[in-house]
Amino acid sequence: MVKFLPLKEAVAANLHDGDTVAFEGFTHLIPTAAAHEAIRQGFRELTLIRMTPDLIYDQMIGMGMARKIVFSYVGNPGVGLLRRARDAIENGFPRSIEVEEHSHAGMANAYEAGAAGLPCAVFRGYRGAGLVSVNPNIKSVTCPFTGEVLAAVPAIRPDVTFVHAQKADRKGNVLVEGIIGIQKEAVLAAKRAVVTVEEVVDNFDDLHPNLSVLPSWTIAAIAVVPGGSHPSYTHGYYERDNAAYLEWDEIAADRDRFQAWMNENVIESSADDFAGRVKHLRKAA
Amino acid sequence: MSDADNPGFTPIEMMTIAASRALKSDDVCFVGIGAPSAACNVARLTHAPDITLIYESGTIGTAPDVLPLSIGDGELCETAVTTVAVPEMFRYWLQGGRISIGFLGAAQLDKFGNINTTVIGDYAHPKTRLPGGGGAPEIATSSRQVYITMAQSKRGMVETIDFFTSFGHGEGGDHRKRLGIDTAGPTLLITDLAIWKPDPVTKEFTVVSLHPGVTREQVQDTCGWVVKFAEALDETPAPTELELKTLRDLQARTKAAHQGTAKGKAA
Repeated sequence: MVKFLPLKEAVAANLHDGDTVAFEGFTHLIPTAAAHEAIRQGFRELTLIRMTPDLIYDQMIGMGMARKIVFSYVGNPGVGLLRRARDAIENGFPRSIEVEEHSHAGMANAYEAGAAGLPCAVFRGYRGAGLVSVNPNIKSVTCPFTGEVLAAVPAIRPDVTFVHAQKADRKGNVLVEGIIGIQKEAVLAAKRAVVTVEEVVDNFDDLHPNLSVLPSWTIAAIAVVPGGSHPSYTHGYYERDNAAYLEWDEIAADRDRFQAWMNENVIESSADDFAGRVKHLRKAA
Repeated sequence: MSDADNPGFTPIEMMTIAASRALKSDDVCFVGIGAPSAACNVARLTHAPDITLIYESGTIGTAPDVLPLSIGDGELCETAVTTVAVPEMFRYWLQGGRISIGFLGAAQLDKFGNINTTVIGDYAHPKTRLPGGGGAPEIATSSRQVYITMAQSKRGMVETIDFFTSFGHGEGGDHRKRLGIDTAGPTLLITDLAIWKPDPVTKEFTVVSLHPGVTREQVQDTCGWVVKFAEALDETPAPTELELKTLRDLQARTKAAHQGTAKGKAA
């Protein structure tokens, strides 16, 4: 049964050293507060899965928590490079990390296969792509009906997935809307799922019947964290803090400045601070 | 060439506008971020109002008022006809053959339209780790055609790319066909200096039009391979007042929207 827990307890109960973990959200609904809680609790030797590592994995990699990353775009979207991830890959600082790189199509198909309980995903992809020769997890299968050679990648099955979402009802059903990305697949592919939400409402009775709702029994724990995806955004609640993404490029460029920023804004901070960070981004909707 | 010193527009503006002209109202365009995104939205705001713009975050038929910083800005969803999940985006819409134009940028490009956005140097020990492919490897092979836009430089346009992020025409000729890829691949390259099209047989990009005031020497001096020019070389028409105003207004709105007030706040 799903439990409503403070974020600190939800993370401590579901994440462990050495876990394979996905913090998902395709630009939208990134579970930043959950990632920051994981950083405060100091987990080690994690395999971090995420299509677009974004700022949260830049931060976790920079804090030395990752043994391996599995990804399809290791950039700061629209801004440039992820400088802590680069430092780890290029210079082994603060430690070297193993890299498993895919395309978006490869990752999306692999999550879907995980949700579907299949061992692998089959799709038309990676044709002529250099990734085939550097990632041994990209293989091919021949269609038994047409003879077409298709790409195959192993299903993604995280030990635990963290996502952010708009809201839960009192029973613990969760609504995801807007750019829904890979949220549903990442939750259903995982052994355990933890969701942070903006708010809890009495019921979902007035919702459109085809909206994307994760039933309560697919989720291990829910934590209410208003603003919990900042500087990403929550559709209907607050906008993406594009200025913060631009600013991150400078912060992450320098090892000392990064560490100082992490101390001030993550280590000595808490989930309660997120609501204040999105105040100026809320729309008069 | 008397107006070359002060043509009234920048080379990048010329590039964006020339790229926008290549798009039609009935195109279904998978939009890469950066220069392609600007060109696609100028097309939508000028001569191609009914163009379907698709971003890889799942937004189909989007009409943003400002250019998105990321492929997943909220504005894309709010103005879209519909927004689908990312697996659906790549499986039904791209792999399903519903995209007429994939519009990509490039960090490194070779003369056969192969693109590298993954690493500079060796993959295992890169000199510079770039963001990687994202959606591009499949956009490059599943879209019916691919347009590429980038500013010219010797670092960017090279004889040999360091990594095949996205396959263009490979070694040229019928290389796509030999790999079983049945889409056309790169059919157009728009730079800040010229418009290029692949040779029908060799598939090597060939300059077919120079932008106003640009010389052959300028094109060669900012390109890392020996440039081939078409026998009948056109001059790209200069931007119209409407095109320039549309682009500049769009960029002014975008700049105002992204500046915000983040200084000192947590990210």
